[in-house]
Amino acid sequence: MAIQTPSLDIAGAAVQATPASASRGYWKSVRRRLRRDPVTLLCGAILLLIVLASIAAPWLGLADPYKTSMIRRLLPVGSPGYPLGTDELGRDMLSRLVYGGRLSLFMGVTPVLSALLIGGLLGITAGFAGGRVNMLIMRVMDVFYAFPSVLLAISLSGAMGAGTENTLLSLTLVFIPPICRVSESITTQVRGFDFVDAARASGASTLTIVRVHVLGNVLGPILVYSTSLISVAIILAAGLSFLGLGVKPPEPEWGLMLNTLRQAIYVNPVLAALPGVMIFVTSICFNLMSDGLRAAMDVKA
Amino acid sequence: MLLYALRRLIYLVPVAFGVSLLVFALVHLAPGDPISAIVPPDAPKEVVDKLKEYYGFDQPLPVQYLRWLGVTLTGDLGTSIGTGRSVASEVGSAFGNTIILAIAATLLAFSLAVVLGTAAAYAKSRIVDRLVTVISLIGVSVPHFWLAIVLVIIFAVELGALPPMGIGPENSTGWKFDRAHLAHMILPTIALSVIPLGVVTRTVRSTVKETLSMEFVTALQAKGMRDSRILFHVLKNAAPTCLAVMGLQAGNLIGGSILIETVFAWPGTGFLLNSAIFRRDLPILQGTTLVLAGFFMLLNLTVDVIQTMVDPRIKRG
Repeated sequence: MAIQTPSLDIAGAAVQATPASASRGYWKSVRRRLRRDPVTLLCGAILLLIVLASIAAPWLGLADPYKTSMIRRLLPVGSPGYPLGTDELGRDMLSRLVYGGRLSLFMGVTPVLSALLIGGLLGITAGFAGGRVNMLIMRVMDVFYAFPSVLLAISLSGAMGAGTENTLLSLTLVFIPPICRVSESITTQVRGFDFVDAARASGASTLTIVRVHVLGNVLGPILVYSTSLISVAIILAAGLSFLGLGVKPPEPEWGLMLNTLRQAIYVNPVLAALPGVMIFVTSICFNLMSDGLRAAMDVKA
Repeated sequence: MLLYALRRLIYLVPVAFGVSLLVFALVHLAPGDPISAIVPPDAPKEVVDKLKEYYGFDQPLPVQYLRWLGVTLTGDLGTSIGTGRSVASEVGSAFGNTIILAIAATLLAFSLAVVLGTAAAYAKSRIVDRLVTVISLIGVSVPHFWLAIVLVIIFAVELGALPPMGIGPENSTGWKFDRAHLAHMILPTIALSVIPLGVVTRTVRSTVKETLSMEFVTALQAKGMRDSRILFHVLKNAAPTCLAVMGLQAGNLIGGSILIETVFAWPGTGFLLNSAIFRRDLPILQGTTLVLAGFFMLLNLTVDVIQTMVDPRIKRG
């Protein structure tokens, strides 16, 4: 669950940066390389399946994930009518696991996306402006870096109180600094390239330079780095719900289910471990996808 | 070297100032005012005002901050709203328990990671390399609190071989070096070590591999040096990068232990933090966060200084 600080190699990716005009062939070769990577394709397929299933959950003919039954509590996996058994309140596990994907994925992906927007913007600004602006932004980020990421997430959520919005907010705050740092270091590098000077000499405005040359070269590595954070975010979001700081019951969510099913470890241990399997599979797939994407986009790390 | 350490320490001052602001803000992020959490809703207004005055919440925010900072700098972290005991003593004893677990987990993770990572980098057969890659992938992907539950299910519930929770036998007052207490440590230590194991193995593998392809290794081989001696040189060159990652992981492990301590009811800072959140005991929340962040900063500083000591190539200006 640790956010790895960007190694210098990620920043080194920009060394192979090219002026924006060469980009079409680049994306073509990325697609070609991705097609030849069975592991990445498989992970992508599994993730697609999980995402589609959770979106389409209401139309899959599943049992009502909220319907409790006092006489059918903690039925084992494979019970008739309940393929994955029932939870501590007699609710259908299969249905809750599928529905649970909605919140679990949402709470993992949204913070990274918002952090990508905010952190990316801050980082590119800091890197391109340099000087005092850079100093100001990066020193503020240093403050957030003084906390282990899990501690920051838990303390913020703990202070603000449980709830989906608060969790999203605190997770976003956790992921802004690392994305900002990566964006800043790559932008600083790109800014030093000759083609930026050439563009400026030929009269391009700052906005044009940022839009065409900086964004074109910086976005790829930042995106790859951000996808590697999604798996961390999913585990962290589930962890917060597991502590009772995220999603509130009776909402189905993998981390929360793992928490409420802890009372079942003596009665029905397999059942108690199931939600964690979903978190594990999703997080492995995101990690492998991010590795594959990195290889395909030729970002060293 | 001393000068460098000193300069880094001075550089920490503005960061520490920012950290103190953030930790102070924690109390005011809370919905409602901090007093409403501890008094019944029908409490008379005079009582609430008295309490506000007692805790200083009636002052304007900057005044509150400066007061809090002044008191905190003397080592007084306030009084727990829940237990009425001093926050410093509560956090202090919990911190000791966290550190014991953290040291055990770091030792386990780092020693395994160095062996596995080096083996994978050296491995001629692809199977060893693949195996290590899978181990490190699992390490970085597994939700460690789930792994903790699975370990409890297997070793405590099914096999009955190890205790499922607690720091020691029922009447234990604190950690001791004996059989019973060590047995209680095994499962939490394993659960806590998976993430650093995964991350550090990955780093060691790639760094050692990179170092092995350097020219000096070929030169040493050509000169006829024994492989075991060459390994020493390789590891020495790979050490700084690995140390940096290890330092960061050791710090993050302190954060990760919040979840593990909750699963195992291990009376450390994470457990304290979690119970403080549910009792809305904001001074404890604040104190624990501050102590852990302070520890994390000092740890990072130490790693940085050690790194410069190990690697003369790094010249810090």
